[in-house]
Amino acid sequence: MATPLSKPSPLSDAELSPLRLCVRRHATPAEAVERGIEITLRVPTALDVVEEAVDLLARHCLAGGLTPHTARFNLRVALAEALANAIIYGNRLDPGKIVEVRVVVTPSRLTVHVADEGDGFDPALVPDPTLPERLEEEDGRGLFLIRQLVDEVRFNDRGNAICMILRRA
Amino acid sequence: MSFTVRKDSRGITVIGVDGQLIVGNRHELKQKVIEALDGGERKILVDFTNTGYIDSSGLGALVSLSKKMRDSGGELRLAGLNEDLRTLFELTKLDSLFTIGDTPEQAVAAF
Repeated sequence: MATPLSKPSPLSDAELSPLRLCVRRHATPAEAVERGIEITLRVPTALDVVEEAVDLLARHCLAGGLTPHTARFNLRVALAEALANAIIYGNRLDPGKIVEVRVVVTPSRLTVHVADEGDGFDPALVPDPTLPERLEEEDGRGLFLIRQLVDEVRFNDRGNAICMILRRA
Repeated sequence: MSFTVRKDSRGITVIGVDGQLIVGNRHELKQKVIEALDGGERKILVDFTNTGYIDSSGLGALVSLSKKMRDSGGELRLAGLNEDLRTLFELTKLDSLFTIGDTPEQAVAAF
């Protein structure tokens, strides 16, 4: 079968595999209260799967007790930005790499971990995009939006994994 | 996800964003605006009435298009943002960079 010239690179296995959510419910009620429900998703390094990944995760988190608006807006925007950052800046669009998402839902909070396979970065060096001299820059608003829309943001030491916490009302 | 280009009754180019403006389609919007600019248009409105979501790349594309329009003596205006989308513009302070109308008609009224 002829390959169209406009698509020179063949799809990798990671790109071809459908997104598959893994939801783990802890066995006993006591464990569930303490450790909650864990949802994991392996996302291929491809920007066109971000929407589907966010959809899948937001739907499950809605069932996990976030208010519809927080799930639809805060969580979706934060997840989409974190995934895009991981794919573009973390994995540098390398289709051989993946992004791991792990969401832990407990009665008090929703914790979203997004980890890429990149070298990491120092979040303290990301400038504030709302400064007058930066307002007309095209890029650099993703992390800022995440910080505005979730209750707490943490990074691992290497800087290749972000942890976003949304507290439930 | 698609863009529709039309002219309103006063001849102003209106580009409608159907669905989302995100990292995956922002270049398409840029192309539409630049085509209109190259065709001599100096007043362009981007209509978000049918838009559910804009990501930070989409916001960035609008910023760079707005700059391009201004450099050519024109202006890019926005309209039809829902409450969530308006919040994104307010959080990023981009509401100070654009004339934003509630409706396309309102946005072009004083164009």
